[in-house]
Amino acid sequence: MKVAVCVKQIPDPADPGEIDPNTKTLKRDTKLILDESDSYGVEMALQLVGDDGEVVLVSMVPNNERNGLNNALAMGAHSALLVSDDALSGTDALGTAKVLAAAIKRIGADLVLAATESSDGYTGTVPEQVAELLGLPSVTFAKEVSVDGGNLAVKRQTEDGYDEVTCPLPALVSVTAGVVEPRYPSFKGIMAAKSKPVEELGLADLGIDAASVGWAGGGQEIVSIELAPAREAGEIIEDEGDGHERIVAFLQELKVI
Amino acid sequence: MGTIWVHAETNNGTVSTITLELLAKARELGDVVAVHAGGDAEQVAAELGEHGASKILSTGDLDGGLPGPALGSALADLAASEAPQAILFGTTYGGRDVAGRLSAKLDAPVITNIVDIIDSDGLVGIEPVFCGTTNVNTKFTGSKPGIFLVRPKSFNAESSGGSPAEVGALAVPELGATGSAKVVSQFVEESDGPKLDEAGVVVSGGRGLGEAEKYHMIEDLAKKLGGAAGASRAIVDAGWVPYSYQVGQTGKVVKPDVYIAAGISGATQHMVGMKGSKTIIAINKDPEAPIFSIADLGIIGDVHKVLPALLAALGE
Repeated sequence: MKVAVCVKQIPDPADPGEIDPNTKTLKRDTKLILDESDSYGVEMALQLVGDDGEVVLVSMVPNNERNGLNNALAMGAHSALLVSDDALSGTDALGTAKVLAAAIKRIGADLVLAATESSDGYTGTVPEQVAELLGLPSVTFAKEVSVDGGNLAVKRQTEDGYDEVTCPLPALVSVTAGVVEPRYPSFKGIMAAKSKPVEELGLADLGIDAASVGWAGGGQEIVSIELAPAREAGEIIEDEGDGHERIVAFLQELKVI
Repeated sequence: MGTIWVHAETNNGTVSTITLELLAKARELGDVVAVHAGGDAEQVAAELGEHGASKILSTGDLDGGLPGPALGSALADLAASEAPQAILFGTTYGGRDVAGRLSAKLDAPVITNIVDIIDSDGLVGIEPVFCGTTNVNTKFTGSKPGIFLVRPKSFNAESSGGSPAEVGALAVPELGATGSAKVVSQFVEESDGPKLDEAGVVVSGGRGLGEAEKYHMIEDLAKKLGGAAGASRAIVDAGWVPYSYQVGQTGKVVKPDVYIAAGISGATQHMVGMKGSKTIIAINKDPEAPIFSIADLGIIGDVHKVLPALLAALGE
């Protein structure tokens, strides 16, 4: 079985983000890392293919950045397809989906895995857009996935529990965080990652018209960015063994107790 | 005013709260048509009408099919002839699926994570970013219908006293492979006490608890206060508690009267899910934790000391 995993390389979420006033997009000039949300898809793919399958990573990123990709390769993914192009600057979720879908088509995967949303843009629409562009069935928000022959059995998160869903392959599944326990790359894995094949592609290689992505292809425009009304500053105190008393008093004032 | 379509999510005749929230906003913006997948359109027509929908267009029962491909394709076909000004979806599991499929079908973008829509020479979606300190205001260019994904609890679900919505059929085209995923059974996870997104008091724990075994303090406190227990994404990711406990962007959006965050630093992911709480109490040992910037009462201290003392003070 061949599994394609969509991975995003993002600025470290621990660093406070910043918007570039000129482009009105998130600054991405810091070192990029593998989005932690994507480590679940990588792990799930490795578990599903076992010893005789193949896991191919697909990532769209500025400047052929591969720091985050290396991490996923070190976990055990076999190869990667990296799409970079200056014309992709400002590309929105649908544009991203077009690029990922074209790259996945090239790979010819039996199963496509993605996270439910990225940790920087969190639109949560890309997996379903990719599935539609590829004409694939999909099961989103999977909390458990198994493959039996040509069929998937998925437990899909719902508002008040879960649904059991069956789906024939090829298909796309988006996995929730915590669906599996991502492995830490071993030293051997880290060394091996350096020699794994990473194919670098541009838009032309994928047959994508530059006008259909980037700012121009977006079909939306950021009209303004403003500071939100701030919450009034509260009372912040240091606990000196009496912090709980202040909480009790506060809860009494609020008539909760 | 144009026509606004609202994705109506229902379950056996019960309309979801977010649908009513969307209707309240939609009727300010234009004529409202509810769009729906499921077998219960007749049952919900009165309630949808009462909240402002003049019509409900329904695919009928999908026979186990997921709503994304079916409703997405049906709406894409109808949008070609009806040209609604906007289509509103709630940020739910189903809403995201339908919006994503529709977006790809129409080759039209989705404006996501918005908490308000204003009409200013076109509809503008307002998305809070950076822990809610900044708003990004976005509008659609071009002539395609504007697809918006709206966060839960952005609007008040008030009735407008309208008459029952007229029920009409929404044709689903042949879906091919995209329609082949089927729901074979449904499970409801029962939990004690109030639901996380409906509770008046929510107590959430985060990485600061140190280990999964300490999470019971959060549940104990929630129980004592008659509330629900929640969690940050960090400890859901770590597998300490199920995904259904997650408060935040991906999980539940909560707006209780009192929100207590224990050992949660306040990543944007989390803050956008609880920032609308009436009163926020935070306990964290790091004085620089972003959560303190929105707390009404902040205790800089160790949750392993403050929580046991608090539980003891509240008694049995």
